[in-house]
Amino acid sequence: MSAAPQLVAVLALAAAWLAIGVAGLAALHRLHFVARVLFPAGGVVALLLAAAALPALWGTPQAAVLPIGLPGLPFHFRLDGLSAFFLVVLGATAAGVSLFSAGYFRQSEGTAPGLLCLQYHVFLAAMALVVLADDAYAFMVMWETMALASFFLVISNHRIAEIRRAGYLYLLIAHIGALGILLCFGVLQANTGDYSFANMRAQHLSPFWASVAFLLALLGFGAKAGLVPLHVWLPEAHPAAPSPVSALMSGVMLKTAVYGFLRVAYDLLPVQLWWWGVLVLALGLASAVLGVVFAAVQTDMKRLLAWSSIENIGLIFAGIGLALLFAAYRMPAAAALALTAALYHVASHAFFKALLFLATGAVLHATSERSLGRLGGLLRVMPWVGWACLLGVLASAGLPPLGGFVSEWLLLQSFLFTPGLPNAFLNMLVPAVAAVIALVAALAGYTMVKFYGVIFLGQHREDKLAAAHDAGSWERLGMVWLMAGCVALGLFPVQGIELLAPVTELLVGARLPDSGSSWLLVPVAAERASYGPLIFFAGVAASFGLAYVLVRRLYHGRLRRAAPWDCGFPWQTARMQDTAEGFGQPVRQIFEPLFRMRRDLPTAFDARPRYAVEVGDHFWHWLYLPLARLVESAARVIGTLQRGRIAIYLLYSFATVIAVLIWATR
Amino acid sequence: MSALGLASQALEIVAALAAAPLLLGWVGQCRAWLQNRTAPGLLQPYRVLHKLFNKDSVLAANASPLFRTAPYVIFGCMTLACGIVPTLSTDLPLSPAADAIALVGLFALARVFAALAAMDVGTAFGSLGARREMLVGFLAEPALLMVFFTAALISNSTSLTSIVRTLSAQEIGIQPSLALAAVALIMVALAENARVPVDNPATHLELTMVHEALILEYSGRHLALIEWAAALKLFAYACIGMALFAPWGVAHAQSPAALLTAAPVLVAKLAATGFLLALLETLSAKMRIFRVPEFLGMAFMLAVIAMLVRLLLGAGAQ
Repeated sequence: MSAAPQLVAVLALAAAWLAIGVAGLAALHRLHFVARVLFPAGGVVALLLAAAALPALWGTPQAAVLPIGLPGLPFHFRLDGLSAFFLVVLGATAAGVSLFSAGYFRQSEGTAPGLLCLQYHVFLAAMALVVLADDAYAFMVMWETMALASFFLVISNHRIAEIRRAGYLYLLIAHIGALGILLCFGVLQANTGDYSFANMRAQHLSPFWASVAFLLALLGFGAKAGLVPLHVWLPEAHPAAPSPVSALMSGVMLKTAVYGFLRVAYDLLPVQLWWWGVLVLALGLASAVLGVVFAAVQTDMKRLLAWSSIENIGLIFAGIGLALLFAAYRMPAAAALALTAALYHVASHAFFKALLFLATGAVLHATSERSLGRLGGLLRVMPWVGWACLLGVLASAGLPPLGGFVSEWLLLQSFLFTPGLPNAFLNMLVPAVAAVIALVAALAGYTMVKFYGVIFLGQHREDKLAAAHDAGSWERLGMVWLMAGCVALGLFPVQGIELLAPVTELLVGARLPDSGSSWLLVPVAAERASYGPLIFFAGVAASFGLAYVLVRRLYHGRLRRAAPWDCGFPWQTARMQDTAEGFGQPVRQIFEPLFRMRRDLPTAFDARPRYAVEVGDHFWHWLYLPLARLVESAARVIGTLQRGRIAIYLLYSFATVIAVLIWATR
Repeated sequence: MSALGLASQALEIVAALAAAPLLLGWVGQCRAWLQNRTAPGLLQPYRVLHKLFNKDSVLAANASPLFRTAPYVIFGCMTLACGIVPTLSTDLPLSPAADAIALVGLFALARVFAALAAMDVGTAFGSLGARREMLVGFLAEPALLMVFFTAALISNSTSLTSIVRTLSAQEIGIQPSLALAAVALIMVALAENARVPVDNPATHLELTMVHEALILEYSGRHLALIEWAAALKLFAYACIGMALFAPWGVAHAQSPAALLTAAPVLVAKLAATGFLLALLETLSAKMRIFRVPEFLGMAFMLAVIAMLVRLLLGAGAQ
């Protein structure tokens, strides 16, 4: 065991999380103890986990066997570069979320604080162990633990029927996904009966069976990640869950699905076929476009962020798909670039999306409002949350010099320089895909301006908002930690990519070239493209500062306060501001075919004119509702067997026995 | 990074800061000529800036610090943008730090700050302007990026200095992909700089304005900075157009003499660009805001087609 120091440390820390959870169970109703001792302790464990996993990025893979679980079926664990990267992301994000949670959870969440603490830490531990699992058995046990723990967290306010329904939908799709993963492992072990990952790596599947396994993995992990068309649970479950839980689910849990997909597609499967890449790329793009377009028309702040998560997962999968394409054509350098972009986005999305969800949580607690139509002007009463959220919004909109821009930049670079794929059609197609990515990025900016402007800027749309209170010190600490992550990922991409190099070497056998300087990011070669965010930031900051000083020096700094300009119409009210619906209007109009819309327009003669618009998802009507009807009618047919009379059931048994006897004696 | 490189970088930024209002004045002058009006003097934009800087800033009672910070951020972004686009020399120390994609990001950063500041006070106009500006932005930004990508595919680099070096080394002749991209860039530039037919810089009629609604609450030095930044943005777009489609005359060698010969060429090209802009504005009518998505959608499609044409022809040439 001493040969695997990091793995032992990480396992011990996961166990510590479980212990904290159990301690929470012991202090079921002691909110103060749970909030001030257990959650911060969980945050410290998360930090230690990230620190313990970091050296394992560069080390040789470490393995361990734990004799727990069923007799004869011990759990295998293994820590390699890929696992270590996701553990670092998990630990760093969870640290911020746990610190925030210390000030967030209250008696009124609907579930006892101790129980919430148990669910929360079991969820964290399960995510860490999923990433470490080295056999299908351990993986599935941890995967299901993760799904169940998060299910209970989603329905922690279980007295509301809508939340229960959201939780049920989540559980259902999670299990469709789990079924896909289970069958995928079944194919991968190739009739050997040995379900360890080491055995799966050694198998040489035929292209047909490899494709079957790949499609099952795509189904299973895609359901968890929220790829179209299995995305419908995300916009339901995220608003239902408490905000720190949404932050963890969106920031980290979706990424475990990315991890699982990478593990199967690059590590366990012996070959990659080019059409897999095209399929993943197409699904990723569809998710990205649909996600951002739907995010732009939402009027519920957490639902908006959930759709934005679908968009970001789409971008990540687009990068992975491109990397698959390059890997299938044996172009390791190009594959490494695309994969680096995807993984960088995994890290930056974890930080900024967790930050945004935490900010919505603070807003929700301060105002008990989720609807954008009843918020506004919160920057003045909640400055900490407001400024933290601004940083998250800028990162999420993919603006330089923050983390979101680096991954977008890398992604565009990898799409742009498709170095002569053997397939002429793909050669044309892939740079054109860059156009879609550019459109998605620009729309993300639009969505984020809407999100931030409607919540934090302008005038209060309700009077009670003036009494809203800012976040407490624990909550501030958590948000500041995540902000630091966003800024660090944005300003130090060279160091960030240094962390990714072992992962890409492990998966595609190549890494980005060494740029030779610690502040210039070079994806391929210096004369082709480079990006230096520190210089960039210094340039903007210097002209900002110079302008400020010179204006004061040469002119003056006089300032007067007055009422806003009313254009001669003195009855300005907060209701005259643009609303979330108003912001959605151009997008609804331009992308009309993507929505299933129902408009209620008033006529000129209505005594009380009302305008209402409802935006629905086509997939509900094209896929889910027909499927539900099919299941219902099948159930009705089978239901005719159920007569409710004992004599008929005895008759069934008798007929069965006769049939078996005939078959057996034949 | 040489001393001369630093000097040319500094010279470029100073030249942009100094000449940007002049370009605006020149465009106004040409417009007035073409429309049979008497023009204000060429130096009118400078007088306006001077006047605004001397005035007190009147701030809405409920404006947050974001509102006061935004003009400086926008000004900083536009200054850096003018430093990135090669106008006088291709030997720019800032060039490796920010390529064409980062330039687009820089414009986006400025736009987001402008929109957020407009929403800050919470009047009907501000938020209307913010929404329209972001609408124009999310359609124009991908089109601009595609224009850059077309040029990047030709020169195999997204660095603006490499693009200018490659394009100016080619023999003079019309490349079909670049011709399409040029049309797209002109459309994007009209929209992004709030010119006719998308917006009218001279109007204060509520229903037709985008940019003016956005900055309605600003006054004094803040307004001056925003107006100056708008002039810088026009200057930067003019320079982008010249860098991509008329890259001749930019100094490549590291010598003061080359810089000196580059300066008059730049002035001549800017004057021609300004006249072209005035001509386009005079010849077209302002369109309704609902038509803008079609206009910019066309720009986007043109730019994508330009890239595809490049890929088709490029594959044939290699």
